[in-house]
Amino acid sequence: MSRLYRNPGLRIVFYIAVAAVLVALPFAVDATLGRTWVRILDVALLFVMLALGLNIVVGYAGLLDLGYIAFFAVGAYSYALLASPQFDVHWSFLALLPIGAMVAAFFGVLLGAPTLRLRGDYLAIVTLGFGEIIRIFLNNLNRPVNITNGPQGITLIDPLHIAGASLAKTHTVVGIQVASVHSYYFVFLACAAAAIFISVRLEDSRIGRAWVAIREDELAAAAMGINTRNVKLLAFAMGATFGGVAGGLFASFQGFISPESFALLDSIMVLCMVVLGGMGNVIGVALGAVLLTALPEALRYAGPLQQAWLGTVYIDPSDLRMLLFGAALVLMMLFRPAGLWPSSIRRRELAAPREPAGAEGADVPR
Amino acid sequence: MLEVKRLEVAYGGIQAVKGIDLEVRDGELVTLIGANGAGKTTTLKALAGLLKPRSGTVLYDGRDITGKPAHELVQLGLALVPEGRGVFGRLTIEENLAMGAYTRRDRQVAQDFDRAYTLFPRLKERRRQPAGTLSGGEQQMLAIARALMSRPKLLLLDEPSMGLAPIMVQKIFDTIRAVAAEGVTLLLVEQNAKLALEACSRGYVMESGEIALADDASALLVNPQVRRAYLGE
Repeated sequence: MSRLYRNPGLRIVFYIAVAAVLVALPFAVDATLGRTWVRILDVALLFVMLALGLNIVVGYAGLLDLGYIAFFAVGAYSYALLASPQFDVHWSFLALLPIGAMVAAFFGVLLGAPTLRLRGDYLAIVTLGFGEIIRIFLNNLNRPVNITNGPQGITLIDPLHIAGASLAKTHTVVGIQVASVHSYYFVFLACAAAAIFISVRLEDSRIGRAWVAIREDELAAAAMGINTRNVKLLAFAMGATFGGVAGGLFASFQGFISPESFALLDSIMVLCMVVLGGMGNVIGVALGAVLLTALPEALRYAGPLQQAWLGTVYIDPSDLRMLLFGAALVLMMLFRPAGLWPSSIRRRELAAPREPAGAEGADVPR
Repeated sequence: MLEVKRLEVAYGGIQAVKGIDLEVRDGELVTLIGANGAGKTTTLKALAGLLKPRSGTVLYDGRDITGKPAHELVQLGLALVPEGRGVFGRLTIEENLAMGAYTRRDRQVAQDFDRAYTLFPRLKERRRQPAGTLSGGEQQMLAIARALMSRPKLLLLDEPSMGLAPIMVQKIFDTIRAVAAEGVTLLLVEQNAKLALEACSRGYVMESGEIALADDASALLVNPQVRRAYLGE
C-alpha cells in the first residue's frame, strides 16, 4: 500500500483498475448471481452514501446520532412529493436532488441547534426522538390536509430521467443491454464516489480538523479559537445533506416510499455500518456499508443450504438470518474493535500503551 | 492589558464569582490564588469567553470584550490553557500544535513550530507520537506550547501544576518564567500559592467568589493571613 502512495504512476494504474472493476461489476454480478444481487448492489451504494454522511457526524465530530435515517426520509419525501402524482408535480431530479439536500441540511441544523450543549448518551436520546418524530409526522401528515398520504406512502414516484431517457426502462447502449438496475447502479456509483471524494477532502480540511478537536475535547477546542457552535451545526448539516441526496435517489429508485422505510432500526443499521467499518475512515465506512447490506441478504441462502446439506430445513432462514447477523456483529467487535479498517487516529489509540509512557518525574495523576 | 470590573459569573445556578475587580498590566506576570471552589477557574473561563458573565465589564487592550465568545478572543490574542491541560490525546503532538494555530492564516506558523520545539525540546523528540502517551508534565508543556501557537498577547493559565510531581512542577514554573520573558503577559491561576507568588510580581487571593486580598506578590508571601491559609503555616 505504501508503495502505491509514493509512486504516482502505480497509483493511476490502481485507480483505473478499481474503476474498471466497478464498471464491470453489475454485469458480472448479473451473469453470476442474478439480477436480485444487482439490486442489492444498488441499495448498498445508497447505504455507502448514508454511512459516509453519518460518519461526518459520528466519526469526525463525535456526535452520536441515533436518528440519522430522518434525513434520508426528508430527502426521500422531498423528492417524492415533487415528482409524483401526489400533487401532480413532476420536477426534474436535477432540481430535486439539490432541493432534497438543502431541505435535509435545514433539518440537520434544526436538530443540531437545540442539542449543541448535549453530548454522548443525552445527545443519542434526543436524536433518537428526533428520528421518531419525523417518521410519526410523515405517518400523520394526511389529515386534515393530505400531504404525505400517511401510512399508505407515496406511489408512482418518477424514475430518474437522463437525457430524456427513463432509467426505469432497459436501454441498449453501444450494443450492451443496460437494464434499469444497471443504470441506477451507475448513477448511484457516481454519487457514492462523490460522497467518498467529499468525505476525504473534508477530513483533511480546516473544518475536518476542527471536528476532530471537538470530538477530542470540546472545551479545549473552543479555547483554540474554534467556533464550536457553527462547526457542530456544520457537521449536522453536512451529514444530513448526504442523507438527503441518498433519500431522493432512493425514492426515484423504488418508485414507492412510506414512513415504514425509515424506522429506528434503519438508523441503527447505518450506525453499525459506520462503527463496524471503522469510524472516521472513509474507505472503512464504505466497506462496512457494503458488507452490512450484503450480509443479511446472503444469509437468506441459509435455508436452501440446509436443504442441500442436511436434507431438510431445521431452522427457518428468516430466524437464522438475524441471529447470524447479530453474532457476526458481536464477533467483529470482539476481534476488530476499531472496525474493519480503522482510521489512523483510532489505530493509534489502540496501539498506544494504557499508561502514559514513563518519562522522568513520575507524575501522579490526581 | 486586562481590566476587570465588578465581574459576576453564575455557573450552573450557583453564583461562583461575586463581583470581582482585577487588573493585569502589559508584560506582567500576575497570579490568582485561592482554595478549591473559590471561583478561580470560573473567573478564567469567563475572561477567556467560555462562560458568559452575568454582569460587570472586561476590558482587554482598551476594548470592551465582555461576553465575547472564545473564538473571537483568540484572534485578538487572548488565549487560555485550560484546567487539566485538555490536550487532544489521540492527535500527535504536531497536530496538537497545529490546532493551536487554528485561527491563524499567516505564513509564519512554521516558524512558530520551531519556536515551540526550541522552548520544549522534549516535544520535538516525540512530535509524531499521540499526545495521550505523554506524561502529565509533558502534556502540560504541550498545552502551553499549543496555546502559544496562537501568538497570544495575554495568556491565561489554569492550574498548570495540577497533579504533577514536584520536579515537574518546578519545570513548569521555569517554563512559565521563560514565556513571560518572551514578552507574553500572563495571568496564572494556582493552588500552589507559594510557587505562584514566588514566580509572579503581583497576586490576588480569591475566597468564595470574591477577591479577599490584592497586593505585590512579595508582600503576600509575608502576609500572615496568606501564610496561615495558603502556605500551611
